[in-house]
Amino acid sequence: MLLRPIGLSLALLLTTAPVFAQTSPAPPAVAPTEPRETIEGTLSQDRTVIAIPALATPSAQTVAGLRTDTLGRQIAEVIAADLERSGLYAPVGPAGLRAITMAEVTAPRFADWQGNNAENVVHGFVRASGTGGLVVGCYLYDTQLGSELVRQGFEIQPGDWRRAAHKCADAIYSRLSGEAPFFDSRVAYIAESGPKGNRIKRLAIMDSDGGNHRFITNGQALALSPRFSPDYKKIVYVSYLNDRVRVFIYDVAAGSQKLVTESRNATFAPRWSPDGTQILYSMAVGGNTDIYRISANGGTPVRLTSTPGIDVGGSFSPDGRKIVFESDRSGSQQIYTMNIDGSDQQRISFGGGRYATPEWSPRGDLIAFTRMGGGEFRVGVMTPTGGGVRLLTNSWQDEAPTWSPNGRVIQFFRTTRGREGKSSLWQVDLTGVNMRRLPTPQDGSDPSWGPVLP
Amino acid sequence: MTIRKSTAMIAAITMLAVGACAPKAPDTLPPAPEGTGTDTGAGTGTGVVPGSQEDFLASVGLEGDRVFFDYDQYNVDAQDQATLQNQAQWLQRNPAVRVTLEGHADERGTRDYNIALGERRANAAKNYLASLGIDPSRINVISYGKERPAELGSTEAAYAKNRRAVTVVIGQ
Repeated sequence: MLLRPIGLSLALLLTTAPVFAQTSPAPPAVAPTEPRETIEGTLSQDRTVIAIPALATPSAQTVAGLRTDTLGRQIAEVIAADLERSGLYAPVGPAGLRAITMAEVTAPRFADWQGNNAENVVHGFVRASGTGGLVVGCYLYDTQLGSELVRQGFEIQPGDWRRAAHKCADAIYSRLSGEAPFFDSRVAYIAESGPKGNRIKRLAIMDSDGGNHRFITNGQALALSPRFSPDYKKIVYVSYLNDRVRVFIYDVAAGSQKLVTESRNATFAPRWSPDGTQILYSMAVGGNTDIYRISANGGTPVRLTSTPGIDVGGSFSPDGRKIVFESDRSGSQQIYTMNIDGSDQQRISFGGGRYATPEWSPRGDLIAFTRMGGGEFRVGVMTPTGGGVRLLTNSWQDEAPTWSPNGRVIQFFRTTRGREGKSSLWQVDLTGVNMRRLPTPQDGSDPSWGPVLP
Repeated sequence: MTIRKSTAMIAAITMLAVGACAPKAPDTLPPAPEGTGTDTGAGTGTGVVPGSQEDFLASVGLEGDRVFFDYDQYNVDAQDQATLQNQAQWLQRNPAVRVTLEGHADERGTRDYNIALGERRANAAKNYLASLGIDPSRINVISYGKERPAELGSTEAAYAKNRRAVTVVIGQ
């Protein structure tokens, strides 16, 4: 556990916190990136206004080089950025809002915030835990009703302060929208640099908002298509190490990797099962590609497809009982579903164009895909039986959707055309309106969004 | 095609070729395209090491190291066959040489599919070389999908150059 939820009470606010054991290691070295987001589309004009003043602190203290009063403002900024990015809310502050006192945290002056047209106000505090950590409290109020809607508290390692902010934003988002949380989650992707004909591609990880960015591989071998394991401890991906195409499992804590399976054939397009015990991958044998399933601990792979042609990719349904994949057995790339033993293979995409990179939503209700047609790639969604096809993006090349943990937002990568063409990470919600670029230190592709952290 | 000879015959020709250092192509294989010549000069007086990548490129000529494919296709057409026949001649003259066939796709496919498509293309070229008598164990295959375009533009002309299988000498 990197982040320990605690019950909040007035007593906890004002007195020394009980001592909590903290056994987790410090997070990896970070290279925070400044948000630089681009918004496309038109956001709703009636978004709920939420005032978010800087979190209060009983007295400015320095913990592990971080000042609690500075963190109070920074945490408010991350909460506001999260809620803004959701597209549903219009956060105000912390800049431009007056500071609040510790006493106000549990007794807001509602009249003040009503005056700012804020329907909701977020209050909170940051203080030293007394054991080298921080305690962060977070409260959401309805300014009209003068009532408390949600409260959360965490004892954290100082380096995890952004996670406390994301957890707070998640609590607010869930309470107001009725949707499951998604901000406190991570993304694995491929950082790109160098000329188009010889791109350097490195495995990299970051928080869902681009924070806590970290490069994993050094770029000497091409890295492609990473996926976090459900517990975030491992990343399965393709590496061209030693000029071969092979699927590796990278252990994030150990910094080591191992082959998923020993084969002289190319293996690629890996995916985890929802419980993290199985891995899907594709293997090309003599030019023919099929999909296989293997235990994450190794063993004998099970071949799931056997039709001539290219059967590739694959994504488990959230209940782990079905797999959606792509195949050109009909003459062009289309999307199919099958049971996890390979039985009952059914084509589900029938519209114009070619359909690829299917990804089953964590909610189970939709499958995201890349549709190719008219020389363009677009990201869209359909039901698991192929109905209700909706395209969410409209650019030259938008490819490889990945779902937010709550199944409401999709990240993908966008490539621009031409000799200087580059790739970048984007996200869009299911309305197709709230389209934003994700901040990454270099160009980016192949995003893979993991589950909400515990 | 009437290019198959007995293994013994090819071996004999090959040994002769290696021994002579400046061989003529076996008359059982079609001639090289005009202007590219055979490797009659490559290994003599130019400092080019016989059996090297440089020697191979000098022998097969401009773009003779690669075959091109139609969009989302992997069939080896008549022009590709002529190119691969030239390569086969050189490979028969250099029987200890191993090569890698690199399969590529243009950028109009999704990443994983393009890896599979590049594999198809490289294997199609490998299989044709094998049909000409080249031992398939001498030929590695790797697909780069759309990761290593030869032409960087986003035009039909660039795509046509990128849908390719390239033969690269990796040593003896």
